[in-house]
Amino acid sequence: MANEVWIYAEHKDGKLKKSALELLSGARSLANDLGTQLVAVTLGCGLEAMVKELGAYGADKVIIAENEALKSYLAVAYAQTLAGLAKQHQPAILLGPASAQGKDLFPRVAAKLGTGMASDCIKIQLDGQKLLSPVRPMYAGKALVEANIPEARPQMATVRPNVLAVAPKQEGKQAQIEKVAVEAPKDLKTILKEIVKGAKETVDLTEATIIISGGRAMKAADNFKILWDLAEVFGSGTTVGASRAAVDSGFAPADMQVGQTGKVVNPTLYIACGISGAIQHLAGMRTSKFIVAINKDADAPIFQKADYGIVGDLFKVVPVLTEEVKKLKAQD
Amino acid sequence: MKIGVLMKQVPDTETKIRIKDDASGIVTDGIKWVMNPYDEYAVEEALRIKEKKAGSTVAIISMGPKRSVETIRTGLAMGADSGILIDDPAFEGADCYATAKVLAKVLEPEKFDLLLCGKQAIDDDSAQVPQTVAELLGIPQAMVIEKLIISDDGKKATCYRRVEGGAKEVLEVELPAIIAAEKGLNEPRYASLPGIMKAKSKPMKEVNLSTLGLKAEEVGAKGAKLKVKKYSLPADKAPGKIVPGEPEDAARALVKMLREEAKVV
Ligand SMILES: Cc1cc2nc3c(=O)[nH]c(=O)nc-3n(C[C@H](O)[C@H](O)[C@H](O)COP(=O)(O)OP(=O)(O)OC[C@H]3O[C@@H](n4cnc5c(N)ncnc54)[C@H](O)[C@@H]3O)c2cc1C
Repeated sequence: MANEVWIYAEHKDGKLKKSALELLSGARSLANDLGTQLVAVTLGCGLEAMVKELGAYGADKVIIAENEALKSYLAVAYAQTLAGLAKQHQPAILLGPASAQGKDLFPRVAAKLGTGMASDCIKIQLDGQKLLSPVRPMYAGKALVEANIPEARPQMATVRPNVLAVAPKQEGKQAQIEKVAVEAPKDLKTILKEIVKGAKETVDLTEATIIISGGRAMKAADNFKILWDLAEVFGSGTTVGASRAAVDSGFAPADMQVGQTGKVVNPTLYIACGISGAIQHLAGMRTSKFIVAINKDADAPIFQKADYGIVGDLFKVVPVLTEEVKKLKAQD
Repeated sequence: MKIGVLMKQVPDTETKIRIKDDASGIVTDGIKWVMNPYDEYAVEEALRIKEKKAGSTVAIISMGPKRSVETIRTGLAMGADSGILIDDPAFEGADCYATAKVLAKVLEPEKFDLLLCGKQAIDDDSAQVPQTVAELLGIPQAMVIEKLIISDDGKKATCYRRVEGGAKEVLEVELPAIIAAEKGLNEPRYASLPGIMKAKSKPMKEVNLSTLGLKAEEVGAKGAKLKVKKYSLPADKAPGKIVPGEPEDAARALVKMLREEAKVV
């Protein structure tokens, strides 16, 4: 069937990423409004067990494109396969996650298909002509733009993680599973030599639901321990970030930087500790649902953007937060 | 090696963005224009490779209005050898696809051994042009690279690509390829005074729609696949509350509020 709504289901270490469920949940209403099927497409090998639950999150059909050569992700290889499937099936819409992989892959697929794409969208909707009309931030979130792809197909977009809410699981609902053996991609000119693991195995900043960030005021790398302690009591889905001043001072590694030249994050709760709130930092975290600022200086600009603020020394405040959250969690 | 750097002129990160009354774009009056920060890493990396490999050249290629020449000159003052400005009124309003199409047309005959660029331009924040150019030229891509090693024979590049959770993918790509810089790749140099003087006499080529042999329908707003409907400003957050009291008491009160009001804990 042509004109379906497709989502690209990303997986990692043998598990589906949450973005697959987010995209299905967000795209279900698009498929309903267009009177078409919602299809999840996934690439790799040995994926069958992993995709079982996709039906319960809204997929009518799951396409598994299998080939040993797709075992690990490579842009050129995945782009050939995904574009090949899209050419064959002619979906109306193709959505993917604005994750490291999605950002790498989707533009190349769009180029192969000669179609347009909206990056890192924060809203997915149809307009009056039933065209996909996503909204995306530009200028580090200082402006929003709504756009559509009137002619070329499929209409492509990547969606920022944590933006679409995961719908409740519908137990017992199953998707039709279609396994296709695809040809090995050719002419890759790229080899994945290895994947070097990060120092700390935590959820990525872009996917975290709670982030505790430290700024220049942390004074030393060792002091980040108090932020990690707080992260630990909050539990899974929590991680620690940093301002550029903290990164440039060597208190935190570069991949922890939040902001315009770091990561754009979108957690439910963002706690800024000893961060002044420079415009470039705000650019990376302003869409957080709740922002807490802890700063000694009552005039720090971060308080303008915070839902809750504490004027005080972070070294006094953070340990108490850790104790209190621990107590709460113990009662739950 | 013949190295090309794709560069874009963007508003300074401090810029306050205003939207035109008809919502068709941003107001550009009074904006301070700078080199896209990620492109600075690309220029610096190109210069470092040039310094290591005798006989190498670095060209800065930029599509944009006439004012982009100043930013190309900044790259020349850092040490690049030549510039190409791609400017035509017909190119205005391009999406990533239409931009990449023009860039690919310019790059193809130049036969660069290596193309460098930033991982994203901080105005549109699309992060699509490098991959699209790579696809149109039929060459591999390595995006979000924080460490780059070019093989001695200049035929391969080992690229450390930053992915989620602090992990890195180590990719080996055959050259020519397009490699997009992440912060941390290097520390860009400043242009020296003699560099600035020298830049003035370095070659700067200008190309436009007709010199490239493109049609107006395939570029700019007309050639764009993604059409902008309207720009807007994000809703401003209502100012929040300061939790009163000594730091320790405020901390206790805050946790309670996070649970009972915000329901996030
Ligand atoms: C092109 C460009 C890109 C940039 N990109 C980024 C980016 O991606 N991310 C980013 O973060 N920045 C970025 N910056 C830098 C940005 O402009 C600021 O310099 C930076 O965010 C400041 O970091 P900070 O808030 O940690 O430090 P500061 O501005 O020095 O603030 C420290 C704060 O800590 C408070 N403080 C001190 N001691 C204590 C204490 N004991 N308890 C509580 N509070 C305390 C102070 O009152 C102050 O408000 C960029 C800048 C440029 C020019």
